Amino acid sequence: MTNFTRRDFVKTAAAASVLPVLGTSARAADPLKVAFIYLGPVGDYGWTWAHDKGRKEMEAALGGQVKSTYVENVKEDASAIPILRDLARQGNKLIFATSFGYMDQVLEVAKEFPDVKFEHCTGFKRAANVTTYNSRFHEGRAVTGTVAGKISKSGVIGYLGSFKIPEVVMGVNAFTLAAQAVNPKIQTKLVMIDSWFDPAKETAATETLANLGCDVIATHTDSPAPLQLCQKKGIFGFGQGADMSKFAPKAQLTAIEDIWGPHYTARAKAALAGTWKSEDFWDGIKEGAVKVSAYNASVPKDVQDAANKIIDGYKAGSYDVFTGPIYDQGGALKVKEGQKMGLGDLATIDWYVKGVQSA
Amino acid sequence: MTMTFIIDALVTIIGITTPILLAASGELVVEKSGVINLGVEGMMLVGAIAGFAVTFETGNPWLGIAVAMLAGSLASLIFGVLVLSFGANQVATGLALTIFGIGLSSLIGSNYVGIALEGVESPFPSVLSADPFWRLIFGHSPFVYFAIFLILAIGYFLNKTRAGLVLRAVGENDHSAHSIGYSVLGIRYAAIAFGGAIAGLAGADFSMVISPLWAEQMTAGRGWIALALVVFAGWRAGPLLAGAYFFGVLMALELYAKASGYAIMPSQFWAAMPYLIAVIVLAIISSRDGRGGKAPACLGKPFIPNG
Repeated sequence: MTNFTRRDFVKTAAAASVLPVLGTSARAADPLKVAFIYLGPVGDYGWTWAHDKGRKEMEAALGGQVKSTYVENVKEDASAIPILRDLARQGNKLIFATSFGYMDQVLEVAKEFPDVKFEHCTGFKRAANVTTYNSRFHEGRAVTGTVAGKISKSGVIGYLGSFKIPEVVMGVNAFTLAAQAVNPKIQTKLVMIDSWFDPAKETAATETLANLGCDVIATHTDSPAPLQLCQKKGIFGFGQGADMSKFAPKAQLTAIEDIWGPHYTARAKAALAGTWKSEDFWDGIKEGAVKVSAYNASVPKDVQDAANKIIDGYKAGSYDVFTGPIYDQGGALKVKEGQKMGLGDLATIDWYVKGVQSA
Repeated sequence: MTMTFIIDALVTIIGITTPILLAASGELVVEKSGVINLGVEGMMLVGAIAGFAVTFETGNPWLGIAVAMLAGSLASLIFGVLVLSFGANQVATGLALTIFGIGLSSLIGSNYVGIALEGVESPFPSVLSADPFWRLIFGHSPFVYFAIFLILAIGYFLNKTRAGLVLRAVGENDHSAHSIGYSVLGIRYAAIAFGGAIAGLAGADFSMVISPLWAEQMTAGRGWIALALVVFAGWRAGPLLAGAYFFGVLMALELYAKASGYAIMPSQFWAAMPYLIAVIVLAIISSRDGRGGKAPACLGKPFIPNG
């Protein structure tokens, strides 16, 4: 650098003076760290798979602005607490807990990290930095229930559930009410297997329901195994969380797809923009959070029409499966004629409708 | 209660019992040789993905089964080298093998999520396998028949053959067996590799028969139940067979009761069952010292030949 001119010096100095500014602005533009805890493995091809798909969509939509991580197979017990805490300590500023059973753990950890934003899926307890979000899956179940009620020859349909939590109870009720609307004689046999993901037990439970005379079986656990059993037995079922038709091309009548990407993208954007606040989200068919897959070619036209009417009704806001009169299992009137159940009541529902046979 | 109904229920029971029976049978031989391998769950998963992937790629389920057994065996030999040749702690190494198996199977399996296989069906002609009555005997996958044959053969091997006696001697008193010229490590290597192969086969039962698909951790803890079963059975083949079916009956009972609208026990009780059984089993074991069904004396101890 022999001919270092004054002009060069000025340039260099100017550049140097800019550097610290660049430094801070680079820090401000550091990607937002977003973390997810998952109940199952991302390869379950069901519930967790759908959330992870949403996470990837968020990353794709926001490019370098976000950086996401996930922890899979997190149990719904106290062991979730240190995992949430670690994620918060690692600098994640937005943390999604994607199962009902993380509810109290999220609230506990959220108290310790007031500057971290938490979002809890399917729960009903909120705090200043805890949002709850859910999808109105029961709308999808009203559609599959309509199909089941029309397709079932025995009049006995099955429901394979995980745990008796509002999300599942709502599903059983919506499925049954919709089926009864097209066939008043419908009975639903319900089995809870105390697990979200256990293909062998899901299979055994589905086989049990089939053996007890159910010819259409809905699934509220996370693997495609029940549908495979339906296919083997020559009966029918529905995909859960994702289109599972390749597992059971004949047995899957249609599927309820969970679409989480738009929510995750919107919330990460809000966190980046500083507009994030504690809210309660319940998106459904209308908002595109719940999608009904293409019908199996074997589903007759009139059944498809009846099911599409439900979808259109939800889109237009003119239909709600939880419209009275609704009776409970014992025959007591729970919702009066013409009245609708509010989302608040649904979020804590713990009783089954008439026609559900449960243990 | 029609005949069909009972047969249906029995078919369900046999189906859910088989992989547990298989995995426990393999582990029984391993533990009889004086080695405890807690990696059953991991080896099952490795077998499950290996069997699924090979069957999917080649269209040959028999090749899939063979590779599943080979894969389970190879996984178990990693454990074998560490605990036998390097004297590593068996409990810790076994747990590590489970974690390794979960990770490895997930990694390989990521390419196979969302694919279904044709399940392996009964080897008998459909006149028998689809007959409303005879399907109880002829309507199962080859895994079912092999599992029952295997545990009977293991019982015979352990109690009636010279080779079985040697294996037990290695498990009961390794130094004596060594001093009269038996290769303790060689026999233990063979037992571990056998246990791994059978665990791999048990895993393939999940991914090729019960639900012919691949899903991460699809064995859902059955490997641990198999381990508990070996202890529960007091390291004996007969009780092991009975115990496995007892477990299957229990699960079917739970499902049938629930589906028929009877709770019998609250749901939380069923969820707590595995832990409850584990506690009861441990209590039984600690109270029956001196009577039959004791753990092999060298179980879990590394063998270091002196002189």
